[in-house]
Parts: sequence; C-alpha cells; structure tokens
Amino acid sequence: MDSDHGVKGKCGAEASRRPDAGAPLDLEELREKLRQKRGPELWRSLDELAGTPEFEDMLHREFPRHASEWPEGVSRRSFLQLASASLALAGLTGCTRQPVEKIVPYVKKPEQIIPGKPLFYATALTQAGYATGVLAESHMGRPTKIEGNPDHPASLGATDIFAQAAVLTLYDPARSQSISHAGRAATWDTFTAELSKTLLAQQALGGVGIRLLTGTVTSLTLADQIQQLRTRFPQLRWHRWEPAGGRQAFVASMRAFGRPVETRYDFAKADVVLAIDSDALTQGPGSVRYQRDFAARRRVRANQPEQPVSRVYCVESQPTNTSTVADHRLQLAPADVEAFVLALAQALGVAGGAPATLPQKAADWLPAVARDLQAAPGRSLVLGDEYCSPAVQILIHGINQRLGNVGATVLYTEPVEVDPVDHLVSITELVRDMNAGRVEVLLMAGVNPVYDAPADLGFAAALDKVPLRIHHGLYDDETSAHCHWHIPAAHELESWGDARSFDGTVSIIQPLIEPLFEGKSLYEVLALLANQPDATGYDIVRQHWQRLLPGDFEGAWSKALHDGLLPNTQMPPVGVAVAGGAVQQAAAEVASSVQQARAQQGRVTLYFRPDPTIWDGRYASNVWLQELPKPMTKLVWDNALVIGPATAGRLGLGHEEPVEVTFKDRKLRAAAWIQPGVADGVAVLTLGYGRDRAGDRVSGQGFNAYALRTSDALWTAPGIEIRGLGGRYLFASTQNHHTLQSGIQEVSKDGRISDDSEMRVASEEAQKRHLIRVGTLQEMRQDPEFVQKHREKPETDMTMFPPYDYKSNGKHAWGMAIDLNVCTGCSSCVVACQAENNIPVVGKEQVTRGREMHWLRIDRYFHGDLEEPTIHNQPVPCMHCENAPCEVVCPVAATAHSDEGLNDMVYNRCVGTRYCSNNCPYKVRRFNFLRFSERESPLYRMLYNPDVTVRMRGVMEKCTYCVQRIEQAKIESKVDSQPIPPNRLQTACQQACPTQAIAFGDINDEQWEVTRWKADKLNYGLLEELNTRPRTTYLAKVLNKNEAIEKLAPAEAERTEHGHS
Amino acid sequence: MATLDDASYSPAAKPYKPPVVAPGHTPATVTDKISSVVLQRTPKWWYVAFGVSFFLLMIFMMAVTKLFLTGVGIWGINQPAGWGFDIINFVWWIGIGHAGTLISAILLLLRQEWRTSINRFAEAMTLFAVACAGMYPVLHTGRPWLAYWLLPYPNTMGLWPQFRSPLIWDVFAVSTYATVSLMFWYVGLVPDLATLRDRSKHKLAKIAYGIPAMGWRGSVKHWHNYEVAYLLLAGLSTPLVLSVHTVVSFDFAIGIIPGWHATIFPPYFVAGAVYAGFAMVLTLALPLRAAFGLHDFITQRHLQNMAKVMLATGLIVVYGYAMEIFFAWYSGNHYEAFMAMNRVLGPYKYHWMTLILCNAIVPQLLWIRKIRNSPFWLFFVSMFINVGMWLERYIIIPVSLHRDFLPSSWGMYRGTIWDWATFIGTIGLFLSLLFLFVRLLPMISIFEMRTLVPDAKGGTNLGGETTEMPR
Repeated sequence: MDSDHGVKGKCGAEASRRPDAGAPLDLEELREKLRQKRGPELWRSLDELAGTPEFEDMLHREFPRHASEWPEGVSRRSFLQLASASLALAGLTGCTRQPVEKIVPYVKKPEQIIPGKPLFYATALTQAGYATGVLAESHMGRPTKIEGNPDHPASLGATDIFAQAAVLTLYDPARSQSISHAGRAATWDTFTAELSKTLLAQQALGGVGIRLLTGTVTSLTLADQIQQLRTRFPQLRWHRWEPAGGRQAFVASMRAFGRPVETRYDFAKADVVLAIDSDALTQGPGSVRYQRDFAARRRVRANQPEQPVSRVYCVESQPTNTSTVADHRLQLAPADVEAFVLALAQALGVAGGAPATLPQKAADWLPAVARDLQAAPGRSLVLGDEYCSPAVQILIHGINQRLGNVGATVLYTEPVEVDPVDHLVSITELVRDMNAGRVEVLLMAGVNPVYDAPADLGFAAALDKVPLRIHHGLYDDETSAHCHWHIPAAHELESWGDARSFDGTVSIIQPLIEPLFEGKSLYEVLALLANQPDATGYDIVRQHWQRLLPGDFEGAWSKALHDGLLPNTQMPPVGVAVAGGAVQQAAAEVASSVQQARAQQGRVTLYFRPDPTIWDGRYASNVWLQELPKPMTKLVWDNALVIGPATAGRLGLGHEEPVEVTFKDRKLRAAAWIQPGVADGVAVLTLGYGRDRAGDRVSGQGFNAYALRTSDALWTAPGIEIRGLGGRYLFASTQNHHTLQSGIQEVSKDGRISDDSEMRVASEEAQKRHLIRVGTLQEMRQDPEFVQKHREKPETDMTMFPPYDYKSNGKHAWGMAIDLNVCTGCSSCVVACQAENNIPVVGKEQVTRGREMHWLRIDRYFHGDLEEPTIHNQPVPCMHCENAPCEVVCPVAATAHSDEGLNDMVYNRCVGTRYCSNNCPYKVRRFNFLRFSERESPLYRMLYNPDVTVRMRGVMEKCTYCVQRIEQAKIESKVDSQPIPPNRLQTACQQACPTQAIAFGDINDEQWEVTRWKADKLNYGLLEELNTRPRTTYLAKVLNKNEAIEKLAPAEAERTEHGHS
Repeated sequence: MATLDDASYSPAAKPYKPPVVAPGHTPATVTDKISSVVLQRTPKWWYVAFGVSFFLLMIFMMAVTKLFLTGVGIWGINQPAGWGFDIINFVWWIGIGHAGTLISAILLLLRQEWRTSINRFAEAMTLFAVACAGMYPVLHTGRPWLAYWLLPYPNTMGLWPQFRSPLIWDVFAVSTYATVSLMFWYVGLVPDLATLRDRSKHKLAKIAYGIPAMGWRGSVKHWHNYEVAYLLLAGLSTPLVLSVHTVVSFDFAIGIIPGWHATIFPPYFVAGAVYAGFAMVLTLALPLRAAFGLHDFITQRHLQNMAKVMLATGLIVVYGYAMEIFFAWYSGNHYEAFMAMNRVLGPYKYHWMTLILCNAIVPQLLWIRKIRNSPFWLFFVSMFINVGMWLERYIIIPVSLHRDFLPSSWGMYRGTIWDWATFIGTIGLFLSLLFLFVRLLPMISIFEMRTLVPDAKGGTNLGGETTEMPR
C-alpha cells in the first residue's frame, strides 16, 4: 500500500511539471506567490503584483505563455503532444486502470451488443442543476454522441449546446484523474480514514461545524441523503451557490408572491410575445422546449398564407438570440428599458405613480405594443428573466397577471430546486461563518466559489480558515487549489443519479461507462458522510426510488430507465397572485432607479451575463464550446468587454483595444469589442473566462468578470469607468474579424462605424446580395412570389447535357431546407455536427488565421443601420450543388457527385490542392492545414464516432449530409426490404435543432417534410444566380410586423431586403 | 543557320541599326572571348555570388523540410484564401520562364538575328524558372507525397486524373514546356559543347564536355541534322509559348470567383509572361554583361529591342487591367463590380497602387530612347516590373479570394515567414543554377555568334577552327 502510494505521488508530480519552469512570470508562478499569502493580505498582494512589469507583460501577451512559446503554426500540435504526454505519464503507473489491449472473443455475448451497431440509452444531463432528457449513443460501451430524448418535455428530441458537448467533457484529458491531498495523489481509503476521524469528532457536536456547499440541486435522492445526514449531524448546514442561477427571480418571487415559485412559459399559446432584456429562447433551463413551442407558432408558408403567426417584440440593451427572430427590436439604454416596463405597467393600469418618461422612439412604440398585448388577453406573454432587477420582474409578473396570461402562457409552479434558498444569502452566511471560525469541515461539491463567488465576499481568504476543506468536482480548479482534499467527480455519463427538468419531470441518470478515472458521484461522497463508505451510486439512487415508487417497482424502474423519465412528475401549477403592494413598491423602486441612472450623464452600466458557450465557467475546459462562435460576436476562446459603437465613439475606444474597467475600486483589464446592436451606455462582459486553473488550453484566456462582480451587482454594475489603454488585443472571431485595418479610424466620435471597416462593408454587401431574403407577412399575402423576385434564377436547360434523372433511375435525391424564420442561432447544430463528424478543434491561434473546421456554421448578418441593426442568422452547411463548382476543378476526382446527388468527398483520394475550396462560392469546405485531428490521445480515440473517418493533415473535408446516417438507413431499409420511412432519417444538425429549422430527406418523395418545404414559394437558393443549383435551400424570413410601429417612422423602420430591391 | 543564305539580309539595305556584334571581331575572337569565360580560372566574385545563392538554396531546403514535416499550415493560407504565395510564385516563375522560349523560338522563326546573343542565356533562365515553378504545384499540395496522382498513369485502382480540372491541364502544359525547352536548349548547346571539349585542356573537362557533345564533329551531315532538329523544336516551342500561360490562366479563368472568371485572362497572362520574362532577362543579363565584359555581344541594340518588347507587352497588360475594371462595370454583375472596387479601394489598396506604379507607370519611361539605351535605367525599370508582376499575381490570387461571394466568409491573407523563406529559397535555387550555368557552359551561343561576325557573311568559315570537317 505504502509503496503504491509512493509511486503514485511521484507520478502525480511528474504529470504536473510545467514545461517552461524558469520563465519570467507565468500564471503558475503568480499563483504560487499568491498561495503563500493568506487572508486580506492576499488581495493586497494581488494589487502589488499587478504593478510589476512582469504582470503587465503577462496581461499584454496575446496568448498565455504556454501557447505563445511554441513555434508558429504548430502550437496546438505541440500542446496536444504535451497534453497526451502528460496524460500518458499520469496514466503510466498512477492510475488504477491500464488499458489492456487484447483481442478476445466474447465467451458470453452481452445482450444487445452487435459490434458496429450503436446502442442508445435514455438518461439525463444537467445544466446548473436542471435536467434535460437525452439519449446517449454508445458504441461498444463508449458514449460518443448525445441526442435529445423525444419523450422528454425539456427536450422533445432536441438539445442545447451543453448537452451536445457533454461527451467531450467526459473524455476531457484536463479532468482531474486522481484523488489528491494537498496537491499530491492520494487514495479513497486514506480520504475515508481521515474524514471519518473528523466526522466522529463532529458527531459528538451534532455536526455543528459541518457545511455543504453545492450548486442548484434538483435531485430528490440527494435531498433525501442530505436529510438523512441531518439525522446524524442535526446541526449540519447546506449552502448553495449557483453563480448564474436564478437568484433575482427568486427574490422577485418572494416579494411578489411571498413564496418561491418557478415561472414557466408556454410559447405555444402566446400570440404576442414581448421580451424585456431576455434571452429566454436560448438561455435557461427550459430554453430547448421554449424554442420548439415558439417555432410552432412561427412557421410561415406562402402556400398557407393565412395561417396565424405569433408576433415577437424585443426591448433590450444588447442583442440576444431571441431578438434575431423577433419582428420588432427596440434598442434602449438600460435605464430606458426599465422605464419602458414601468410605462407599460402604467399603460396597462398595473402600476401607478408619475408617468415614466421615455425616449421618443420608445414612447412611440409603447402604445402600439400595449394595444397589441391587450388585444390578446391570455394569449400574450411578457418575458423578463433573471437579468431584470427584482422590481422589474415584479412589474412583469403584474403585467402578465393583468393580461390574464397567468395559467395560460405563464405558469407558476412549485420550485424545481430542492429546498430553494437565496443563493447570495446562503453563500454570504457561509463566508461569515468561515471567517468566524464556525466551520470545521467544508465539502464543496460541483462548485468553484474561489473563482466565481462575489468578489466582495473574499471567499478564498475565508475558506483558508476552515480546518478541513474538501472539494468534489470534475476538475482540479481554483477552489481545489485551496482545499486539502480534492475528490474527482464522476461525470453524469459515468454515474447514477436523478434530476428534474424545468417543468419538474424527474429523470433517472444512468451511467454508460465505468468512471474513466477515480471519479465518485456526489451521492457516494454524501454516503461517506453518512458513514456508508461502500454504498454505490446505483444502490443509493435505486433504494431511494424504491421507497418512492409504489406498486411494481421493478417494472416502474425499468420503464423509467427505458423512457428516460418518470411519468407524471411535472410540477402542477400553484395558485398565486401578485400582491398589489409589491407592485406599487416595485414601481416606485423602478422609478427611482431610472431617475438615479438618468441623473448621471454618460453613465455606462456593465452587464454580467453567463457566457453563451461556456456558461459560468464550468465548461471552460470543453474545447468544443470554447471554439463554438458566440452567436452575436462570433468570438471564440475569449470573452470581451462588448460595447456599442456609440459608447465606443463617446469614450474614444477602439475595436479590440485593451481597456481597464473600474467598478467601485475594483479594476479589471479587458479588451473592448465593438458590437452593432449594443445600446449606448451599456457594456457586456460574460462570465467564465480569465480562469487560472482550467487546464493549459484555457487558463488565462479572456477576462475574469467575477473580479468585478460583487454581491450587490450580480448582473448589473451601474456606473463603471472604462479607460482605453491603447494597443490591440488579438481576438479570434470567425466572422468579419478584420474590422480594424491599418489607418482606419473604425468608430467616429459620434458613434458611427467607419465606412471601410469590414463590418460595414460586409453588412452592406450582404444586403445587396440578398443572402437573407426577408419580407413581411403583409407583403407575402399580397404577393406570394415576392421572394423569387430578388434574383435571377438560371434556367436548368442551359446545358448541353440532360440533367441526371434521379427519380427514373430509382435513386434517392437528398436535399435540405432551412427555415430562416425560426433559426435562433443557438448553435446546437454546430456542436452536434462536430460531435457526429469527428470535427477537430484547432485552437485560438489557428482561428485567428481563419482555419476553423466547423462543417456547419451560422452566419450572422446585420441589416439596416449598424448602430441599431436587425440581426439575422443563416446556418450554412454544404449546399451539395447539382452543378458543383468544386467538382470540376479537383484534379484527382476526390470530390465527386454521387448518384443520389450528394457532393461526396473522398478523403483517401484528396491530395490537398485546395482548388475546390477556392472555387466554392459558399466557402463551406474546410482544410486540414496541419494535423488537427488528435489521433494518438487514448481518450479522444474513445470519443470518435467510429462511422466517420478521422481526417489526416492535408485533406479537404466538408459537410456530407451525415452520409454515414444515410448509409445506415439504406442498409436497414435493405435488410427490412422496406423503403426508408419518410422523415425518420435525420442529419445530426437537424436532430439537435430545438426549433426544427432544418428539414432533410429525399426531395423526390413528397412524403418527406423537406419536399413540402422546397415546394413552398418562400424557398430560395443561396447565390442561386450562379447556377450552382444548391440542394440546400432556405425558406425566406417573413416577419409579422405591427403596422402601427411600421408607420411610425418609415425611415427608421428596419430596411428589409425587399425595401432595397 | 537559315539566316545566312537569306539574300535580303544586309545591313546596308536597311536604315541604320546598331550592330549586334561590336566591330572588330572575327570568328576566332568570338570563340575566344566566349569560351574563355568558361575555361579561365574561376573569378573570385563567382564564389561569393554562388555562395550567397547557395545559402538561399539552403533556406529553401529548410523551408521545404519544415513544410513536409508540419504541413502547409506553416504558410499564411487559410479559408477563404486557399492559395497564396505557393501559386503566386508558381505563376510568377512560369511567367519569367516565357522569355527564353519566346526569344529562342519565335524570334528565330521571325528571323530576328539580334536574338542570338541572348537566346542561350534566356533559354537557361527559362529552364531554371520552370524548375522553380514546377516545384510549387507539388509543394503546395496538402499531401505532397501523393502529388503523383495528378499524373495519368495506369494503376490498380483504375483511377485517372480528373481531366476537367485546369490543374491537370497545367500538369501537361508545364511538363511539356519543360521538356521541349530542355531539348531545345540542349540541342542548341551541342556544337558549343564540342567547342569546349576541343578547347579545354583538362582531361576531366574534356570528358565532361565530350559526353554531352555526343561526338559532334561539325560535319555537313551534323550541321544538316542539327538545323532540321533545331527548326523543328523551334516550331514545337512556338505554340507552347502561347499555350503554357494560357493554360495557367485557366486555373483562374475556369473558376467562378470574381476576379478569376474572366475571358481576357489568356492573352493578358501571355503578355504578362513575356513582359515579366524580358524584365528578368534584363535583370540578369545586365549585371552579367558587366561582370564578364560581354558588351560586344550584348549590345545597345539588344537592350533597345528588349526594352521595346517590354513596353509593348506592358501596354497590353495595362490594357488588361483597364478591361477588368471596365467589364466589372459594364457587365452589371454586382460581384464583379464589388471585386473591382475592393481591389482598388479595399484593404489591399496599397498592393494595387504599388502594382500600378510598377507595371503601368514606371515602364512608361521606356518611351524615352535615352532610358532604353541606359543599362542602369533598364535595370531599374526591370526590377520594378519584376516586383509588379509578382504583385499582379498577388492581386489576382489571394485578393480575389479574400472577399468573394458570402461576406460571412471574408478574411485576410498575409504570407508568413515560411512563405517568404520558400519564395526566397526558390530564388536561391534559380540563382544557384544560373551561376553554375554561366560558369560551366557558354552563356552565349558561340557558333551562332560567329555567324553574325561581318566576316562570316561569305559563309566560308562556317565551322570555325574547332568544328572543321576532318580531312
């Protein structure tokens, strides 16, 4: 045992040795310096350190030291070599399992496993505590892909990006792989031995010094376990901290209803939606379901022009995915947004008080919106989610109640969170108790408060006063660095559990694979506290449900596992009403807040928001999500201080200019990103970046918003100062990165983006080229052909050769159509494509060189004024052109047309001349400029989809329409001697899409949905005037405009394409 | 030579032209003068010049090693600009390679006897330029070890190249051109190799020159066969001068990218190639003429004529630029119009302005006789054209690609240090070969020069001293 321990310790030390010991100053060293300090001294010393030239240098470097020291062009490779080398070292002696590679036939064939055929297991994945039901695809025991569970109400078959990326987290080499004690590898047994000593001592005291800190918990089993723990330790306290959780919604609910309630929306019933600074469609627990319901009301077809369509208004300070699908977008400064809500409440008679004053445009808008809402009582929906102040949320509750929406489009239910508390209060109390020395044992599970607790609490300093600190998590992170013990957590795909979704539906989480490392689930760790060190997660969860499920337990249990949910566990609505006094008080609060804000001329408010791809930082190590372009900025691997052109012009800030942000004496170095559509007076900084212990790939990337985020400013920090530092920070963006050119002043003093900036040129060109065809419902009803008039469509007989007749040759003709009206730009399709097709990640440096590999991208275009634009999304996969320009120019016939109309790419034949990519007008081809695919890492090898070739360097690749799925379906149909059932075969992007914006299938067969879409008059081909005859086509965007608003200011009303032509 | 019996050839019958050989030379002095360059001791400056070239060649070796180990990602190419320095340099070198064949073949057929003193040299330059150019199609592929798949060869897979691709046409065009140029050059060298064989004193040199001289004895039959072969090869080369760059221009003209898809490309590219080729001939010939004291053979007349060819082809190129912009407007095609605007006013506007300066404005100096007569000024103008023609390909290739149809995919292109290393490295290869050539082979055709000596007009002393028929 002892010698074993010794070996492991050595191995751990080897693995963690840095390649560049002795460099002037790097994060590691800085951390070390800081680690030697304690208490309040720590922060002071941070300031001191911040003054040193080395620190300045570190801040100014484009890339973290580890990245920039590799020679040009190969940094990612070198990194992966190092990563896999360190992984190999870590796995060499240390860790319990050695991969035994022997080929042995099954003696007893496991049931259901047929080599080469995947199995799907229903389970659930949680995001900040809330579950989404998924089907996990397993190849020979390896989970490789996540699909939505069609039976689960939070999924209905679709997923968000986080669920899609979960498999990568499972195989992430940066995951902590061993229990560690004071940074050295240790064993579960030593941990249990030491812990039980402390626990025995605590037991005598009733557990008064034992504290738990978790994020949002919806698991009933966990709740039960904690309850049971309390029988052993009656004084035990359970604290909660979810950095991007629904804290303000909780406060609003307490004040409005006197009790915590969960707010749930039913978009399917909403005719008129007004979203106030809300991105409910793509953020938050129910977003996948909301998108589906929303889309159901937004499917416009020229062939059915009279079908009713919902109308969406967005009033916001910064662009959201929701506003990209809205009919009207009103861009207001933060104070004006609040004033707008107040004025609306007053107009609807919800609140009284002095009438709120509004800017002219908003004042013109308001009556039109109010009339529209009033005309749809019980069928309207006003959204204001977590980021609105509690007072504004109370007003919105009041408005919805007045409009009769409660019980129809707005449902109030019991909270899904177990034992809901105010997380801010909860963590503040914990810090207070730690400082007071009342905490003896602290178990932190699945949280990283040293990194993400409010900055003013001084969490790290308080934590260091706790005698026994235990961290349980997937990663060895900032918090575990402050802990005595770090217990690696088992991933959700490795462990048993349960969780509830946004509507309360319970799912059992079942593992697909044994823990890859020494991971333990929280259930097992809590069982240890309850003195059951040998209890397995399976027993704990199963026994819990055995008590809860009446009747035939075995049957119910297997059915729950099979279906992925327990039926009838939805939270029923509760009857609550907004207290009138609360509304009046909220109105007064909003009025004074507005007044206060307006009193300070030129004030800039900082918005903290969860990052669209890495959320609160928990996905920082997930490179798929890091390299997923953020929907609005298209930034990857970084966050930025996002400001509008007006603010930038006023403050004289340049695009990508490093800045210093000051909020109440707290300073943060960041870099500015000028984004059209952000109102004057607001800056947005997303959470989750600036990590210093998130693995080599991401540590030091971006800017740590938590350094400014204090407990009184969780989402909104009013009155920040921004000081430009000059120079340029290199951001990696996948679209129109080069807005800044030498010698061009990109934003003028009055906030106008320069005429020759790429952003403006690109935006104007996109409109002139009719890439996104937009019209209004009124236009469409007058002239269903209006979409087709934009561009000449070449005749198909302009060739000497007769077109190939797929139909009479008995062939399928695969095609795709994308409904732009419902694409929210959520990007699930992009990650799904990446997971399905083994698409490599290239790293920030390669993205700055324009070498990202995504087969499917979402183009974002600004229409109209760049200062106040309408934003459109356009997913662009391969068009599989009938006259493919890539095919004729390939010298070796490596890309050729299949007899089903697919534009096939033969990797083995490709020599890599890149002519095809040059000649592709859609630029959907992707080239392996370097060896991007990680072929050696044993972990990534487990991740790969065995049905898809892993491409080597020097080879071109692109969207295949998921040809492996097509072939699978054809094989099955051949085996069954049945034609492929229509609409069953789905591409990965289509399957993941929450709004079902993508249809795919045989366009020769009218039974397929896609054929009906393509027959519609809204259907158009991108760049079809080039006579490429794309197989992928788009359904034009048709907006349901409110004529009252359209008439207001025709000059200002957004200029749709139609208006141009 | 065919020109010898031509009765119409008489300097007196035409207005005065500067002579193509300085007065005072006899066939013997011509032979002495030219062969002595090869047979004398190596001058010191040659070691220096070759050393520098060889150093550059080593940079090339390093860049290529790095390229093979790491991949084309070391270059600046990206999405959307899948081609950059690789194809720019390919087209640039191929263009330079045009002058040689043009001078040798077309001027031969047109009986421009002034070509004689520069043709050997220009042909060598062609070969070396084509060698440099031919490297790029292989190097630029993502998997260069499979580049032979572009060749039509029988294989077990039963696969042929895809004959609709202009890259395959390139393979045929360039390889044919390289082969014919090599043969043309070699056939032209045979009598001179025999001269060197006979004149060299060292035994090894005699053997080294003797083997490629293929037993040339200067018999009438030899001369007859030689004349026929040379004329045939000239006839073969002539269409190649036009076809190679036409085919190279198809690499772009066949594509659908605005800025590529233009019918004007073939003539425009051929003119550009001749333009670039003559500029490079001058760039190399002027210093060598000074270094070896060959003013008697490369005379003012040669400089004048080359300058005139440059001026003429340069004007065709400028016409091409003008037409590209005119058609962008006249076609009414929005993408073309944007492309033209973007070239002139977009992020690469300085590249475009420099191009216009180099290729359109500076060469207008050649209208002035004094400049045409001044080696310094000609060198000056030629250098501008060399740079300008490189920039032209830069404008055509990455600048057309960087902003094509979908604004979402726009990007920027910039060469990396490895792009430059590869480019400079091929210059090193070119210069190394060139210095070896001037050191080891007669850079001016000895026997042809002899025919230009006024003394030779009688046609009696055809063979000169070393190629006399055995008695």
